[in-house]
Amino acid sequence: MSQSANTAAASAAETAVPMQYLTVSLAHEEYGIDILAVREIRGWTPVTRIPQAPHYVLGVLNLRGAIVPVLDLRLRFGLVRKDYDANTVTVIVTVAGRHFGVVVDAVSDVLDVAAGDVRPVPDMGTAVDTEYLKGLTSVAERMVLLLDVDRLLQPQDAQMLEAALPAAADVQAVA
Amino acid sequence: MVNAALAQFQQVFIEESLEGLDTMESSLLALDDGGDAELVHTIFRAAHSIKGGAATFGFPEMSSFTHEAESLLDEVRGGKRAIDGGIVELLLRTVDCLRGMFARARAGEPLNDAVAEGLRGELAAAMGRGAAAGGVQARREVDQADAWTIRFRPHPGMLAGGNDPLRLIRELAGLGELAVTAELDRLPALDRLDPAECHLGWTIELAGPAKRADIAAVFDWVEGECELAIEPKHVVAAAAAASAAPAAAPVADVAAARAQRETSAESSTVRVAIDKIDGLINLVGELVITQSMLDTFRDGVDASRLALLEQGLAQLARHTRELQESVMGIRMLPIASVFNRFPRMVRDISQKLGKQVRLELVGEHTELDKTVLEKIGDPLVHLVRNAIDHGLELPAQRRAAGKGDTGTLRLEASHRGGNIVVEVSDDGAGLNREAIVAKAVQRGLIASGEGLGDEAVADLIFQPGFSTAAVTTDLSGRGVGMDVVRRNVADLGGSVTIRSTSGKGSVFTITLPLTLAIIDGLTAAVGEERYIVPLVSIVESIQLQREAIRTVVGGGELFRFRGDYLPVIRLHELFGCPDAVRAIDEGLLIVVEGEGARVGLFVDGLIGQQQAVVKSLEANYRRVSGVSGATILADGSVALIVDVAGMVRMQSRRKVA
Repeated sequence: MSQSANTAAASAAETAVPMQYLTVSLAHEEYGIDILAVREIRGWTPVTRIPQAPHYVLGVLNLRGAIVPVLDLRLRFGLVRKDYDANTVTVIVTVAGRHFGVVVDAVSDVLDVAAGDVRPVPDMGTAVDTEYLKGLTSVAERMVLLLDVDRLLQPQDAQMLEAALPAAADVQAVA
Repeated sequence: MVNAALAQFQQVFIEESLEGLDTMESSLLALDDGGDAELVHTIFRAAHSIKGGAATFGFPEMSSFTHEAESLLDEVRGGKRAIDGGIVELLLRTVDCLRGMFARARAGEPLNDAVAEGLRGELAAAMGRGAAAGGVQARREVDQADAWTIRFRPHPGMLAGGNDPLRLIRELAGLGELAVTAELDRLPALDRLDPAECHLGWTIELAGPAKRADIAAVFDWVEGECELAIEPKHVVAAAAAASAAPAAAPVADVAAARAQRETSAESSTVRVAIDKIDGLINLVGELVITQSMLDTFRDGVDASRLALLEQGLAQLARHTRELQESVMGIRMLPIASVFNRFPRMVRDISQKLGKQVRLELVGEHTELDKTVLEKIGDPLVHLVRNAIDHGLELPAQRRAAGKGDTGTLRLEASHRGGNIVVEVSDDGAGLNREAIVAKAVQRGLIASGEGLGDEAVADLIFQPGFSTAAVTTDLSGRGVGMDVVRRNVADLGGSVTIRSTSGKGSVFTITLPLTLAIIDGLTAAVGEERYIVPLVSIVESIQLQREAIRTVVGGGELFRFRGDYLPVIRLHELFGCPDAVRAIDEGLLIVVEGEGARVGLFVDGLIGQQQAVVKSLEANYRRVSGVSGATILADGSVALIVDVAGMVRMQSRRKVA
């Protein structure tokens, strides 16, 4: 088989194989997280708070010996805080080798989404900043917003730093 | 061609060679002090394996460079040449140059530089080849020929080393056409023939232009295991022109290799003594036995066997502790690896400054955590430089002060309690109180020296930007220094103190924790949260009356402790814990010490003492000020470890602001 035929076959396969998404619910909307980024799903357990953290970082938990920060996706997106209940879960995601926990209202399903079925996000009408979405798709009348996990966590690192800087300044200003 | 596997071997080769260079250096220094012939052999062996390895792993420049040094060593070894200071000096510089080559090899840069070229010439000159220019020319001429006669007679034992003469001949065939004649004269009678020995020899006629070095390279691995004679049949007339070419070609080679090599991060490995591993295996064996014993209680415990269960659990606890210690022990390496660089350094610096220094190394076998070991080198180098540059006097000054010409610099490592203590002491002039005070006043650090104790004055040299050196030399005195030393040591969870007597000398004491991976700590409660305070930094815990607290303008709280006023840091405020005790007389004050200062940490109460396995917060999150890491408590929840030094720093920053 020639090289070009190989490449063509590979790219055809790429479009043909649907991406899988774990759908989670958050404030009556459904969001999809790329299942390849999901490491595990666990029930909500209390976390240890950490100082000088942004408000949406709830704290850290012990993931089999690793210290993993946990953030509340509702607070992350500026939604109303909801009391945690039996349905509340922490989805552990891995981005660029780092683990994060994301607290959502509930997990619902795993979806196969073909690349052709992903539509661009309109600028308004969702609670979540479109910056963190890579598209939307609909499954049996339900709309699912696909989260861009990489984007979700990267600007946040910057924000964590920003949040830390005034905290450091505070220490100096106290006197 | 550098593929992934070769690159990996190269890494191992580089690491081993660097160790070899260390051996060469220390042996050379010992030789300088009048060592025996065995040292020469050690040096020769190290140089030889670097040469062989360099040729195999694709560093021809390094191989040919080391070859020069090896030839020189060979003459010394063979008694043809007496070793003298000049040769030791030359070889020491060769070691340095090779280190540079390895550093460049790691970075994928061209290996040769002007220093290497210069040294190569000097080595050749030392061999007496450079004495007459014609001599060099003559040698160069036979470096290249149209045809060669190679006589190759392996020693009988060569096959045992895994060297296959056929492979060598096949490799030679790559250089040109071969006509091989076997020499059977040493072949024994059939009944006395040992098939594991090599009794054959070969005479090989190589047709086609080839360089002597290329031919010799084929036999690199069997050197010393065979008789080898390489003789040209026809000398190439235009050899002189070709002599420039070999230098240029390998550089291009390396450049190509670099393009292929990935940016491989410096991998970090530990070499572990085999007895440590054996000890571990024994322990694991005992642990398995204990486990199977405890397993018999799976079906329930009746009162009659309660004692047995207790015994089993006690055993389990003991073995776990031992296992922990042994595993930590794997990370522990003798401090000798850090100390070893000093004889050379002290020799160089003292020569440069015209001072006479005797270096004493004590406790080289004291073991330290690898992480600590890697980071303690720089602070120690700094202290040693300072001691020679500022501390020890010139011979004339020493005589005037009634001391011997030669100053003593002593490096001592020892275990003291749960700590490692490294002391750098000299019998020099000691700290100059007037100069320090004057400098501190000039820098605006203090108003005047009055009322300052010696300890407080000594402490001034740890302030950033402080240096009393009258002249800035390239050794020390640039004003960055002691503060960096203190900071580096503090980052390792240790501290630095000075004891100095004017005219008698100074002692710098570095105190370090045994390991960074596990700490002993007190668990303190603050509201719902648990925090670990490292035990080493705790002075004591006290309960205070409300009246004992003085509030100063600006909101800070102070309390009186053994004649000092110390600041109070309320952990619940710093960490933002709700539901914590706020009234000072209801909680507890833990007096902690870090970076030479004390503060009181206000907590709700103490829960108990425990060993904490330090986990990084940064692995998945980021650094949090005031927290040095996290640990996992018995119930599986996470507790943060208080960074005492960081808190003291925060507190002093507050004071300055």
